Amino acid sequence: MDIVVCGKVIPASSVTIEIEPDTKRMKRKGVTHELDPAAASAVEEGLRLTEKHGGTVTLITMGISDVTIGIRNALAMGATSAVHILDDAVAGSDTLATAKVLAAAIKKQPFDLVICATESSDSYSGIVPGQIAHFLGVPPVTFAKEITVDGNRITIKRQSEAGYDVVESTLPALVAVSSGINEPRYPQLKGIMAAKKKEIKVYTAADLGLAADQVGEKGAREKVLTIGRPPKRQAGKVVTDEGEGGKQIADFLAEIKVI
Amino acid sequence: MADVIWVYAEVSDDRLTPTSLEMLTKAAEVGQAEAILLGPAPEDAVQTLAKHGASKIYRCADVVYKDYLTLPAAETVAGLIQKNKPAVMLFASSYAGRDLASNLSARLDCGAITDVGDFVLKDGSVEATIPALGASYQNTSTLVSQGTKLLVVRPKSFEPKVNEKPVSVDEIPAASDEALRKVHMKERVAVKREGPQLDGAKTIISGGRGLKGEENFTMLKELADLLGGAVGATRAAVDAGWVPYAMQIGQTGKTVKPDLYIACGISGAVQHLSGMKTSKFIISINKDAEAPIFQYSDFGVVGDVFKVIPQLIDELKKRKGA
Repeated sequence: MDIVVCGKVIPASSVTIEIEPDTKRMKRKGVTHELDPAAASAVEEGLRLTEKHGGTVTLITMGISDVTIGIRNALAMGATSAVHILDDAVAGSDTLATAKVLAAAIKKQPFDLVICATESSDSYSGIVPGQIAHFLGVPPVTFAKEITVDGNRITIKRQSEAGYDVVESTLPALVAVSSGINEPRYPQLKGIMAAKKKEIKVYTAADLGLAADQVGEKGAREKVLTIGRPPKRQAGKVVTDEGEGGKQIADFLAEIKVI
Repeated sequence: MADVIWVYAEVSDDRLTPTSLEMLTKAAEVGQAEAILLGPAPEDAVQTLAKHGASKIYRCADVVYKDYLTLPAAETVAGLIQKNKPAVMLFASSYAGRDLASNLSARLDCGAITDVGDFVLKDGSVEATIPALGASYQNTSTLVSQGTKLLVVRPKSFEPKVNEKPVSVDEIPAASDEALRKVHMKERVAVKREGPQLDGAKTIISGGRGLKGEENFTMLKELADLLGGAVGATRAAVDAGWVPYAMQIGQTGKTVKPDLYIACGISGAVQHLSGMKTSKFIISINKDAEAPIFQYSDFGVVGDVFKVIPQLIDELKKRKGA
């Protein structure tokens, strides 16, 4: 079974996100990057399925050269190879332009199953997986919390408002996994050494047959008009507990007439 | 002429979802509101939609929309959009709503704006506000594509109001193409939840990583009982297996807006803040004085939850007895 995982490499969680005022985009160049934890879960799920059924796991990501560290991390976890779409022309892509690029890259690989994170940790729109599925012409199943493959049949437990749904489809398909579907493994030394020799294919949008007006800012349907810090919620009073903390909360509850 | 605004109405637990009615109320305030209702629905659904401002309802009760995910609904809605060209179509940021908007945004090559908290229409263009998550940035966005603008709206962004309109119902044919029956809904499993539910709770006591274990949630339950509230949790507590997913508040869980939110051992990650920061009053207890949650709190105590909460419980019992 050949599995393609779409995942992002994002500014590390320790980085304070800055916005570049002229482009209104997140500052990414020169910032420490890491494999998005949501993407790590998608890679992990791919690895578990291929450990059971055989096959390959290919990570596809789009981003500047700073993201290589995250790609190597996925390879060190055990992914077979990776595809990196590295092209200034794709900068400023909205969800739709991103989905077009990723779908075009996926089409260049043999695949039975595409696994995405339901949403990335740095922009969480949650609609890219469904868009990719449409461009690939495969059924989309999102919010998966468990995946079982039997022949060309795939069964997913899908998060629902009331509990979960059991949903069935056929391969090839695209599954977006919920955060918490698994605990991603940490790369071991052997994996880290092996990752250095694994192939990372690098493509530009043109390599994928995409015209300049389909990707990046030119291809984006969504345009950001303004961006800024929200008005701060008026922070209230903060006290340090010196043995009276619980009583002070009770006093506050009385003050706001809850008790 | 007023702009026509469509709302994709959803049914869950045999009733129209609150977000459907919230969106409809907003749509009727800024334009001519119309709803699309696909699949089985309660008997009074059409009436309820009309009561919240729908002047027209596109309706098909076929079970294909319930038994097969996304694709049949996308086929039907895409056809309706191409024929009727509404100015805007609103979807809830729910499992079904996001999937449907996602498919349509690609199929119609029009894109979509997600996580919308508010929007205005000006000369056929839309300007949407995407509220910030926690301490991050908020932005306004527009869609530059021609035709219908698709917006995915956050729950509880608008207040549902009664605004009854005379309504017409347009019965539409079901999507019948066999190729649309690709993702089969085999079974819906309800996970049993105990105690008061988060949805609609006026008071929520929530626990995070600082609670250290499943057993310590009993303390929150006791506090919730005293205040007539429900217990919630952060993703960290859910991922650790201490409490079920149904209790998760935040970006990948529930969005809540109670009158009182007490955050216990919660640092205030942006994903959690996004699900609760519009609560009327927020009280937090955390041992780390630098925890971001304090910036969003009306009252905060820097201290040990295992000391402060028992004292609060005792104090509430005492004052109740008095």
